[in-house]
Amino acid sequence: MTGAENKAGAGNKAGAGNVIEARGLSLSFGRTPALRGASLGVRRGEIVAVMGPSGSGKSTLLHCLAGILVPDEGEAWFDGQRLDSLSDDRRSALRRMRFGFVFQSGQLVPELTAEENVALPLLLSGSRRGPAMAAARRWFPALGLDGLERRRSGELSGGQAQRVALARGLVAEPEVLFADEPTGSLDSMSGELVMDLLTAAVRERGTTVVLVTHDARVAAYADREVVVRDGKVGTLTGSQP
Amino acid sequence: MSVPLTLLGLLERGPSHGYDLKRDYDAHFGQGRPLRYSQVYATLSRLARDGKAVAGPVEQGAGPERRRYIITEDGVADVESWLSEPVPPDPDLQSELFAKVVLALMLGRPAGGYLDAQRAAHLRRMRELTGLKQRGNAIDALLADHAIYRLEADLRWIDHTAARLDQLARAVRS
Repeated sequence: MTGAENKAGAGNKAGAGNVIEARGLSLSFGRTPALRGASLGVRRGEIVAVMGPSGSGKSTLLHCLAGILVPDEGEAWFDGQRLDSLSDDRRSALRRMRFGFVFQSGQLVPELTAEENVALPLLLSGSRRGPAMAAARRWFPALGLDGLERRRSGELSGGQAQRVALARGLVAEPEVLFADEPTGSLDSMSGELVMDLLTAAVRERGTTVVLVTHDARVAAYADREVVVRDGKVGTLTGSQP
Repeated sequence: MSVPLTLLGLLERGPSHGYDLKRDYDAHFGQGRPLRYSQVYATLSRLARDGKAVAGPVEQGAGPERRRYIITEDGVADVESWLSEPVPPDPDLQSELFAKVVLALMLGRPAGGYLDAQRAAHLRRMRELTGLKQRGNAIDALLADHAIYRLEADLRWIDHTAARLDQLARAVRS
């Protein structure tokens, strides 16, 4: 490891060119430290894979960068705003309006159809049902989900459900997509399809992606990778694009 | 795998006779294919000729003539340079990578850093191959997959080794 990247600077905003920046984040759950001074910068439109052993703190880092968790120490910045000092309501609004999420096992709402699941972020942001559903349906052909719009999650395969979750993460055209082990519950073929579709969709739109994965084949879709060990972030020698 | 550099690395531990170097090489790196004595002495002569090692005076004893070899500063620099340079990520690297990790642990050099550099080289190659898969046809993808799965196996070994460096260092130095 060649040292922490993007050490805290003297300025009070995210470093030049970085849309996301973590500076010295520390967070403990009870007496167990998960992050110990983690620092990371992500440029706009970049896909960064966050790798590391189980329990290294990589998912906790993603949650801090996404404003889901607030660090005990350090600063988390997004597009010139310091997330960790925003109110819960403002962080929640930011997550709804500007971030998208994909987690390991789709976490679809079982009572809703696939298209309703995809439309959910738009509906929660106040869109009317008609336009929200129309926007949701547009994602189905692109993700190879034609004909599955009215199915519920129990009627979808794991790969189909994860593609629905991907559509839900992207339907509101977020600036940043946070993906936590998005292929972790899939076989290699389904996982590859999800990653092909994810990278094609985000590159077309210039979406920034923070991708947590322990899988090198998934990380290979990213522009670069960082490694979290013992709650700190390091770059790998020569991993810069 | 580079036999001269591996012998030079073993020599960095301290002055040694060719016999001892051969014994240690075979024990750690021979993998069922021991070096011939003639190969060891020819290699040591070349290392001395190239200024990487110097041969001490002949030691007379009951047995055959023996002399100790001592690594030079140039030799140490060559070992350092070789250890820190990632092995090109191809399917036949395992013996060289293995030799580098074991030697780095023996010499108290930063094996973890070398493994990180190797991991980065592997991931960079995997990224290239993933790009090839996405741009190419089905045959390209099949070929790329073959290489990707082999690199993945190496990466698992690298992670596995990196997680056990302290324990391995104790075993190698004992």
